[in-house]
Amino acid sequence: MARNKRATPEINAGSMADIAFLLLIFFLVTTTMDVDKGLAVRLPPWSEEPQDESNDIKEKNIFVVLVNANNDLLVEDDYLSIDQLRSAAKDFIDNNGDGTCEVCRGLQLPSSSDNPKKAILSMQNDRGTNYSTYVTVRNELIAAYSELRQDLALRRFGIDYTDLSDESRKEINAFYPQIISEAEPVKIGG
Amino acid sequence: MSKFSSKKSKEIPAVNTASLPDIVFMLLFFFMVTTTMRDLEMLVGVLKPKATEIQKIERKDLTTYIYVGTPNNTESYGSEPRVQLDDQLGLVSDVQAFVILKREEINEKERPKFMVSIKADVNVKMGLISDIKQELRKAQALKVMYSSSPASSAEDLYRSM
Repeated sequence: MARNKRATPEINAGSMADIAFLLLIFFLVTTTMDVDKGLAVRLPPWSEEPQDESNDIKEKNIFVVLVNANNDLLVEDDYLSIDQLRSAAKDFIDNNGDGTCEVCRGLQLPSSSDNPKKAILSMQNDRGTNYSTYVTVRNELIAAYSELRQDLALRRFGIDYTDLSDESRKEINAFYPQIISEAEPVKIGG
Repeated sequence: MSKFSSKKSKEIPAVNTASLPDIVFMLLFFFMVTTTMRDLEMLVGVLKPKATEIQKIERKDLTTYIYVGTPNNTESYGSEPRVQLDDQLGLVSDVQAFVILKREEINEKERPKFMVSIKADVNVKMGLISDIKQELRKAQALKVMYSSSPASSAEDLYRSM
């Protein structure tokens, strides 16, 4: 049979690269590599009844940050600009008024917080405050904590906080727990 | 002496391109896997605020996005900031139902990792954001991310305020 002797011709693979390139370019163009990033926060659970106001937190343990509709800051009854907020918050957290925090290096002022475990950063904004101002203020409060944690990591372990193992990180977080509370916004202007 | 010297001409041999398709295919597969088709049409304009203390979203598939900003089509929708849920503009009162619905879609085991990312424009007022936050609290969606773009330094951040 002459038919069986006919060899199958080889497929020309020369254009394979061209086809692959075409597909490659298509996916290159359509790819979006945006990894979403942002400030992670945890909201308090919803409760129908109003919060119990009579709590026994001392006033000196609360660091009050108020932001008005003109995006001005009032921190502990002082007008501060945004670049002063971070160091003010750090001083407050690290104050160590009752001397129970062995890693703190604060000034131990009697008028400021007792220790980092009791220190609360409280922020309240107006309904007319800009979102960008709110994010910046929130960012500064988180930054105050992360700078303190970073300092402690360098002193205790000699390496950056981000390079620490999970256990060491927990150890440091126990010294500086991040306590930021947010009050319901007020409506004055805007 | 001339025993080992090559008698061939010093012409440069052609580069073997046989492995070129393999390389291209490798790149192709990489981009195919990482590609996400943009299936969402943005109805509101969002310029994200800047921040330095930012974290990556752990699981994109467990995250729901809420866009807040001025509508692109101001003639139909006005210039007041609006909320975009999936591909349509919604009201703040729709947020609770929307988030609960989105959470129902994911595997029960992974539901605690469910997260809501608020992508809001810098000029939105906090009143609207606060209302959204209340709705999220009612829906028990407590893990929230304020989507922001990285700032190069703190000074850069203060200037943009």
